[in-house]
Amino acid sequence: MISDETKKRLDELVKRYPEKRSALIPILHDVQAEVGYLSPEAIAWVAAYLTLSPADVMSVASFYDMLHLEPVGKHMIYVCHNLTCSLLGAERLIRHLENRLGIRMGETTPDGLISLKRMECLASCGTAPAIQIDGVFYERVTPQTLDELLEKLRNGRLQGSRT
Amino acid sequence: MAFEKILTRYTNIPNYTGTIDEYIAHGGYQALPKALRELQPADLIETVKRSGLRGRGGAGFPCGVKWGFIPKDSPKAKYLVCNCDESEPGTFKDRMLIEEEPHQLIEGLIISSYAIGCRLAFIYCRGEFVYGAQVLERALREAYGRGFLGRNILGSGFDLDVHVHRGAGAYICGEETGLLESLEGKRGQPRMKPPFPAISGLYRSPTVVNNVETLSNIPHIVLRGAEWFASIGPPKSAGPRLFSVSGHVERPGNYELPMSITLRELIFDHAGGIPNGRRLKAVIPGGSSAPVLTEQHLDVPMDFESLAAAGSMGGSGGVIVMNDTVCMVRVGEIVSRFYHHESCGQCTQCREGTAWLHKVLRRIEHGQGRKEDLDVLLDMCDNMKGKTICVLSDAAAMPIESYLKHFREEFEIHIRGRACPFEGKGAF
Ligand SMILES: Cc1cc2nc3c(=O)[nH]c(=O)nc-3n(C[C@H](O)[C@H](O)[C@H](O)COP(=O)(O)O)c2cc1C
Ligand code: SF4
Repeated sequence: MISDETKKRLDELVKRYPEKRSALIPILHDVQAEVGYLSPEAIAWVAAYLTLSPADVMSVASFYDMLHLEPVGKHMIYVCHNLTCSLLGAERLIRHLENRLGIRMGETTPDGLISLKRMECLASCGTAPAIQIDGVFYERVTPQTLDELLEKLRNGRLQGSRT
Repeated sequence: MAFEKILTRYTNIPNYTGTIDEYIAHGGYQALPKALRELQPADLIETVKRSGLRGRGGAGFPCGVKWGFIPKDSPKAKYLVCNCDESEPGTFKDRMLIEEEPHQLIEGLIISSYAIGCRLAFIYCRGEFVYGAQVLERALREAYGRGFLGRNILGSGFDLDVHVHRGAGAYICGEETGLLESLEGKRGQPRMKPPFPAISGLYRSPTVVNNVETLSNIPHIVLRGAEWFASIGPPKSAGPRLFSVSGHVERPGNYELPMSITLRELIFDHAGGIPNGRRLKAVIPGGSSAPVLTEQHLDVPMDFESLAAAGSMGGSGGVIVMNDTVCMVRVGEIVSRFYHHESCGQCTQCREGTAWLHKVLRRIEHGQGRKEDLDVLLDMCDNMKGKTICVLSDAAAMPIESYLKHFREEFEIHIRGRACPFEGKGAF
């Protein structure tokens, strides 16, 4: 399930830490990027890799907003809905996205392409409202720029970051 | 009088990219050899104490004093962990510091590690800082390449490794013991204190946790002296501070200023005032955990003591400005939603309290408030303070109390009128 290349990277990563369990969250990021989400098989793989129990790994993964235990879209759009972004139009952006994609926040388009997620403050308040698509910040976003971003995303012309 | 920028000296130079060559060309990495060759660890701790540097992460604890708590005779490894979790709503200065001037932080981190006897340090970045973490990784490779990291740094016999570690989205991992749990590969649930991290922190070893901005000040203190640093700003709040100004201002952004600056100067002179001819209604001066202030507080200076005396706090330096179209009940709903989402759930007062605050504020905002709700809110807030493992619970209660203190009538109007008077015409 996990490529040899990823496995090699993880073997190196684990060496950074005096206790190898410390590598758990970075490993979950990496495995999630490879598998698409933290499936039961992915959790079991990570647990075996670090000699932890799957329940233990699951309990950690469920604590963090960026780790997904259910299938998500190929692309992930985070929209900040905290105070400054809300003051400057976050809810407008959210309604716009929901209308354009025909799904609600927290859902994935039926073609599996895009998931929407509300996020807390993304440390972008000076350039609010802010969103992240596949780990990349887009700031001072308007409904117009959102449409352009969605268009690029559909055409595969939006460069994401391996998160 | 123009203030000499220190932490953001170069980041405003056109095309400055913060690579190691540029940082060095402008005088970077001069403090490091000075510290390693001319100063003993104990001298460094003494210098930082005398400088008056206080933590920029939220609590304002004196940095040198914290370093001094690390036991000198312990046989255990010692750790320095840089807190780059930056999740306090309204705060966006650490992100700028790592993305635009990563070597200033790294130089500060190396010197600080030397001071406390640390051989392995971590920079814990919030999960969303994908790009920031990449910038830091590259900068660390550059620093290794010049012999500023690794074995026998600059021939001093001092060894240090530094790694970037990314979290995965949880505000509570900014709380220092939640951060350490997370760095150990666990749920980010804060630990009981004592023992404090200085005695039993990462891997149960003596550990210092410092904020990005705190550590970024260290090279300047070493190079220019404790007295120089102490002379900047008010005596008890020495040195420059980055204020992240956002919301209803003409020019939102990070402003590096001495803490003698008043709210009025910060909002109106530096950030350009309130757009569209609107009036100021409310301002949160130190991240969303800080109690709100109003027009009557505009002449309060932004130092730790003055803000506390005004009933708020310096916190993280995140200044959120709101104009007169803003509904304070809605602000309460948004802020309480945040703390409810981020409570780690270990303590009943916090887990239940944050849930109920959000529920009651939501029903008031949506026209379903009850006459007794305001007393219910205040009673809940009271029960949430001073009783929990960490202060997230207090941080959730204090702002709500302050909204009720300064804007009680607005809450009453919502309840009496069974609707939000700002609906359809305000911000949001
Ligand atoms: C709920 C909560 C969240 C916090 N978030 C952060 C944060 O994101 N960044 C930070 O530097 N400190 C944060 N702190 C403060 C840390 O616990 C700690 O005091 C700080 O990192 C110490 O560094 P300093 O002394 O250099 O400020 C938070 C505290 C609490 C209670
Ligand atoms: S106060 Fe809240 S966030 Fe802090 S430890 Fe208790 S439940 Fe967790």
